[in-house]
Amino acid sequence: MLLGRTANGLYWMNRYIERAENMARLVDAGLRMALTRTQSASEEWNSVLLSAGSDIAFSQKYQDYTAANVSDFLLRDTSNPSSTMSSIETARNNARMVRTALTRETWESINEAWMSLKRMLARPIDERDLPTVLDAIKRETALIRGSFYGTMLRNEIFDFSQLGTYVERADNTARILDVKYYVLLPSLSWVGSTLDNYQWESILRSVSAHRSYRWVYEADYKPTNIADYLILNVRMPRSLTFCYRFLGEHLKFLADDYGARHACHGTAEKIQAMLKRGSIKDIFDHGLHEFLAEFIRDNTRLGDEIAQDYRFY
Amino acid sequence: MVAEGSKRLAAFDEMLPEVSGLRRPYEAYDRWLKEQDPARLTEKMQDAERVFRKTGITFAVYGEQEASERLIPFDIVPRILSGQEWRRLTQGIEQRVQALNAFLDDIYHRQEILRAGRVPKDLVAKNEAFLPEMIGVRPPAGVYTHIIGVDIVRISENEFYVLEDNARTPSGVSYMLENRETMMQLFPELFQKIKVRPVENYPQLLRQSLAAVRPQSTKGTPTIAVLTPGSYNSAYFEHAFLADQMGVQLVEGQDLRVVDGHVAMRTTEGYKQIDVLYRRVDDNFLDPLTFRPDSALGVPGIMDVYRAGNITIANAPGTGIADDKAIYSYMPEIVEFYTGRKAILGNIPTWRCSEPDSLKYVLEHIHELVIKEVHGSGGYGMLVGPAATKKECQEFAKKLQAKPSNYIAQPTLALSTCPILTEKGLSPRHVDLRPYVLVSDRIQIVPGGLTRVALKQGSLVVNSSQGGGTKDTWVLDD
Repeated sequence: MLLGRTANGLYWMNRYIERAENMARLVDAGLRMALTRTQSASEEWNSVLLSAGSDIAFSQKYQDYTAANVSDFLLRDTSNPSSTMSSIETARNNARMVRTALTRETWESINEAWMSLKRMLARPIDERDLPTVLDAIKRETALIRGSFYGTMLRNEIFDFSQLGTYVERADNTARILDVKYYVLLPSLSWVGSTLDNYQWESILRSVSAHRSYRWVYEADYKPTNIADYLILNVRMPRSLTFCYRFLGEHLKFLADDYGARHACHGTAEKIQAMLKRGSIKDIFDHGLHEFLAEFIRDNTRLGDEIAQDYRFY
Repeated sequence: MVAEGSKRLAAFDEMLPEVSGLRRPYEAYDRWLKEQDPARLTEKMQDAERVFRKTGITFAVYGEQEASERLIPFDIVPRILSGQEWRRLTQGIEQRVQALNAFLDDIYHRQEILRAGRVPKDLVAKNEAFLPEMIGVRPPAGVYTHIIGVDIVRISENEFYVLEDNARTPSGVSYMLENRETMMQLFPELFQKIKVRPVENYPQLLRQSLAAVRPQSTKGTPTIAVLTPGSYNSAYFEHAFLADQMGVQLVEGQDLRVVDGHVAMRTTEGYKQIDVLYRRVDDNFLDPLTFRPDSALGVPGIMDVYRAGNITIANAPGTGIADDKAIYSYMPEIVEFYTGRKAILGNIPTWRCSEPDSLKYVLEHIHELVIKEVHGSGGYGMLVGPAATKKECQEFAKKLQAKPSNYIAQPTLALSTCPILTEKGLSPRHVDLRPYVLVSDRIQIVPGGLTRVALKQGSLVVNSSQGGGTKDTWVLDD
C-alpha cells in the first residue's frame, strides 16, 4: 500500500533529478556552440533557453544572452524554479517527504548531492570553472541514479519513480528537437553546410548522444538519422520510443499489481502506437513540428492523468 | 542558565561517589575502560561523532541548514543502572502511569478527585490543557496516555524523583535507539563482556501496544499510521524513523479524511481505513472542526469518529492536563487517591506561587530556587536562582508578582552526575533520565531510556536546546 502523496513525492523527486541534469546538459551544448560560433552565440543561447522552457523568465531578468547570464540562470538561480539548484532542492524536499519509501543509499545520495551542489553553486561560477561544475552536476545525478537502481526494490515505489524520470526525459528530448526542428528539415539542402553540422552536433550533445550516434549510424550527421535516433531508436536511452517503452512497462506493472487500468494506460498506449507505426519519413511527411507539438501535449496529458488516476492530490 | 561560578552543589556521582568508591554497576565497565589505550578512546570518540553524523544525516531533516549543525552531541561513556535499581524504578513508574490514566478517566467522567477536594476544581476547569470536548468520552480499551516519557532525576544512592510526566507526545525515543546502535557499532566487545538488556525491540513493542488498543469494531489486523505535522517539523526524523521501524504509514493531515464514519488515508488505490493513529500533532491542531479552525495539520471530523469509538488516537486528546506543571505538584495526592498507596517515586517539593504563603517563601528565597513557568517547556522561561545575577532575580521577581499563578518553584537539586569523556579524561556532568512507557492492556517499560547530560561543567540544564547531550543508558541483566 502506498499513499497518494508518497507516489506524488516519488514522481516529482525523479522528475526534478532528471531536470537538474538536463539543465547541465543544455548549458554544456550551448557552451560548445558558443565556443565554435562566436558570431551568433546569443541566438544559440536563446534556443538553449527555449529548450529549457525558461526563455520568458530569462528575458524578464536579463537583456544580454551571454554564457555567464544563461548559465547562471539555468544552473544556480533559485528564482528560476527549473534551475539545477532549484531542481535539486525540490528533489531533496520530495525525497525528505517520502524518506520512508527510499533506501538509505538513495536518500544519502540525494542529500549529499544537495549539500555538495549547494556549496558549489553558492557563488557565481567563473567561466573557466564551468566545465568542472557541469561535470560535477552530472556526476552527482549519476550517483543518485546508481544508488537508486542498485538498491531499490522493484515495486510500486520503483514504478512511480520511473514514471517521473521518463515523463520528464521524453518532454526534454521532444523540446530540444522542437526548438531546432527547422535545421532538421530536408527541404533546404541535402548536403549539410558547416553551419548545419554544428547545429546537428549541438542537438546530439544536448542529449549526450554525439558519440553514440556514430556507433549506430555512419559518421556523417544526417538530419533524418538524427531525428530517427532521437525519436524512434529503441536502444537510445533518451529517445521518445525508449522513454515510452519504459513508461508502458511500469504502467503495466501497476495495472497488474492493482488489478485496475486507468485513463493513463490508454494514453500511454496511444502514444506508443503512434511511435511504433511510422517511419521517420512518415513523421517528416506529417510535419516534424506538428508531430513534436502533439507529442509534447500528449506527454503532458499522460503526466496529469497519472496524478489523477493514482490520487496524487 | 549555567550554575558555573556559583556555590557548587555536592553531587552524587553514579560511577565514582567520593564517599564509597566505585559503584558496583560500573565495575565491569571500569575494568574494561582501564585496559583501553586513551588514544584509541579519543579516536572512538571521533568515530562516534562520524557514525552519529552519518546516521544523523540518514535521518537528516533538520531545518534547511547543513544537517550536521543540529546533531545532538553524544558521549561514549554509558550511564549504567543495575537490574535492582531498574526494578525499583519500574515499580514507581508503573504506579504513576496507572494513576495518570485513572486521573484522566476520572476528570473526564465523574470528577471524584475534584469532589473530594484533593485537587482544586479551578486548576482543572480553567486549565487550557483540559478539553471539555473529552467529557464523557471513553477511549478504546480505556487507555488515555499510551506513550509516556517520565523524566527522572537522582540525587543520591536511593533517592529518585520525578521531574516531569510527559504524557502528551514525549519525543527522543529515536535517540535512545540510535545511541545503542552507535555504541554497538563502536564497542561490540563491550556488549559481549557485559550483559546489557536490549532496547532495540521498542518499535515492535510500540506496534503491538498500539494494535492492542484498537477500536472494538476493528475486524482483523488493525491498520496503524503515524500522523506527523510534516517534514518541516523539528521531530520529523523521529516520526519517519518510528513509522519505518514499525512498518506503518507516515501520514499528514492532507492524506486523511473521514469516509463513511471512519478515518481513511488516500492511497494510490483509493481510501483505506485507519484504526489506530499514533499522532505527533498537538491537540489544538487535531481537528479544525472542533479545535483550531485554521489548522491544516489535522483531520476535519476526526473527533466525531473518535467519539463514535471508530478510531484510537494515541495519546488521547486532552491528556495534557495530566502533565501540566500546576497539576504536577498534586501528583503525590493523585497517586494515593487512585492506587490507595503512597507514591513509590516522589515528586520534587514544589511551591505553587498561586498560594500566598508559597509566593512569600519563594520571593524570600529566590536565590536558592528554580522557578518555572507552569506551561513552559524545553528549559525556556525559567530562572535558576543560584546561577542568576542579582539583577536577573529582581527582574524575575517582578514577573512573579505580576502573575503568580503562572509559576511554580522548586529547590535547586544536586542532580546526580555521570562521567563523560573529555580531552582530559573522565569528568563528571549532571544527568537525568527519560524511560519510555507503553500502556495498552498492560504496562511495558523498555529497560533503558534517554539519558540527557549537561555538557558544560556544573550546568544543571540538560535540555538539548540548551547545550545538552545524550548517553546510551544501560540496564544490566543481573
